[in-house]
Amino acid sequence: MPITSNSTDLPAAPGRRRFIIGGAAAAALAGVATATGAPAQTQTRARVVIAGGGAAGLATAARLSRRLAGAEITILDRRREHFYQPGFTLVAAGLKGPSYVTGATGDFVPAGVRWIEESAAEFDPAGRKVVTDAGRTLPYDFLVVATGLTLDYGAIAGMDVARIGQDGLGSVYASPQAAAATWAAMSSFADRGGVALFGRPSTEMKCAGAPLKYAFLTDDTLRRRGTRGRAELIYNAHNRVLFSVPIVAEKVRMLYRDRGIRTNYEHELQAIDIGRKVATFRTPGGPKELQYDFINVVPPMRAPEAVRNSPLRWQTGPFAADGWIEVDRATLRHSRFAEVFAVGDVAGVPKGKTAASVKWQVPVAVDHLVAQIAGRTSDARYNGYTSCPLITRIGRAMLVEFDYEDNLQPSFPGVIAPLEELWITWMMKIVALKPTYLAMLRGMA
Amino acid sequence: MKELDVATFLAVFQEMLGPLLWALIALAAAATVLFVWVMLRDRGLRPRRLVWAEVAGLAGGIAAVLFMLAVTQSQLADIGGPVDWVLVAVIFVAGGVGTVVAAYGVLGALRHLA
Repeated sequence: MPITSNSTDLPAAPGRRRFIIGGAAAAALAGVATATGAPAQTQTRARVVIAGGGAAGLATAARLSRRLAGAEITILDRRREHFYQPGFTLVAAGLKGPSYVTGATGDFVPAGVRWIEESAAEFDPAGRKVVTDAGRTLPYDFLVVATGLTLDYGAIAGMDVARIGQDGLGSVYASPQAAAATWAAMSSFADRGGVALFGRPSTEMKCAGAPLKYAFLTDDTLRRRGTRGRAELIYNAHNRVLFSVPIVAEKVRMLYRDRGIRTNYEHELQAIDIGRKVATFRTPGGPKELQYDFINVVPPMRAPEAVRNSPLRWQTGPFAADGWIEVDRATLRHSRFAEVFAVGDVAGVPKGKTAASVKWQVPVAVDHLVAQIAGRTSDARYNGYTSCPLITRIGRAMLVEFDYEDNLQPSFPGVIAPLEELWITWMMKIVALKPTYLAMLRGMA
Repeated sequence: MKELDVATFLAVFQEMLGPLLWALIALAAAATVLFVWVMLRDRGLRPRRLVWAEVAGLAGGIAAVLFMLAVTQSQLADIGGPVDWVLVAVIFVAGGVGTVVAAYGVLGALRHLA
């Protein structure tokens, strides 16, 4: 049974100084740069429907409501809880509780924006309307699709989300409670030792650094408990590299070597026998079984069914199979329907399904949408920037920021080295990221 | 994509600290006002009082560093590259200077230590 969720991980931005150091006795860092000095409002009676009230949907609503006067803006999302997904790994490492990542969607719906607690079930871009799962039809002049993605646990034979936390079964993604249950399983593994398996699916996924981080965090937990010598950690990469950005992949390879984390390449989880604690991997040489004592299952991720069944999806190319939305990678505008945009996880663009991507996609899409209403053009471009504070142990992280072309995009060149394990980067993750994320939801960062 | 501005900075800190942000700003402002008032009243700094304020500042600086380590669930061994040491220094100085100003003001207001 798939579980739907919305966009993820967050921090900085490309090119310039947009983080800050300061605070009373504290020094904190926060990804910034915004449209708080927003241009004058554009008068319109346009109907804008935002499908999805996660990070991307709420941030879009906040910015649109600030830039448009008289528009009828509607958010569609059935879920009342808002999840701060960049915090899930912290919950699964026992550093935070589930309440740390759980908020209320209603707290972030901007004044003047209508929130309908129904989800988009059908997109009709030719007829310019959306039908909800309650059967309501909403015509629109502009549509922003921000539905997030679907965790396809069903694609792993034998997987049972209800058993996360038991029998060494972990999976950080399913919910805040599942993340906490994963911590229970990992912690009990750290007491005893044994074999732990990590990995990622071959589909596009949220924050591709997260599965790597979790192996590092498990390694650190074992060391702190004095049981590292009794444990074997194995990371199963779905292809021949640990990360899609070559320079980062090499750095992680060296760190894994240093920490004694073994790597299997071209191994993708296809089935699991929870009772026997055996995971089966798809490999070039055929299925391969690995026994485990703890496993972090990362499910395949796809566009939600309503999107996959719509004309909005890519028709050909690498993003077609899982139904991601066909948008121009620089403007986030749909390639065939000019009044449709997609932001966040559901956008069919390379890399970046993170909150950092959302932070930089949303202002671009909004600028194009507003420009179209105002009868002008926008030169705003999204360069694929995304970022991941790649935790390498409790207390240290590497700030990894890159773009579509695999270029590193350090926010503080010459100050914070991108591939260095630093406390300052850890501090950003633990202290500044969530406030920056929340400010982003309000359109303030 | 715009540059950093004060409103953004404030928005992030407001999300981070909530009402505590304004309490801290008020506290810092009150300490500064008290310090300036004492200095104007005494027509200058009193060396003996300043020394004691500096002793308090030393403790304040150390407390600030320990506080940041605690809230980030870190330990001194996590301090890695040079920028980490710069950050520790910034935290120490911020905590230290804040405490010196506050301690001098309070001691002066109480007319302690001449």
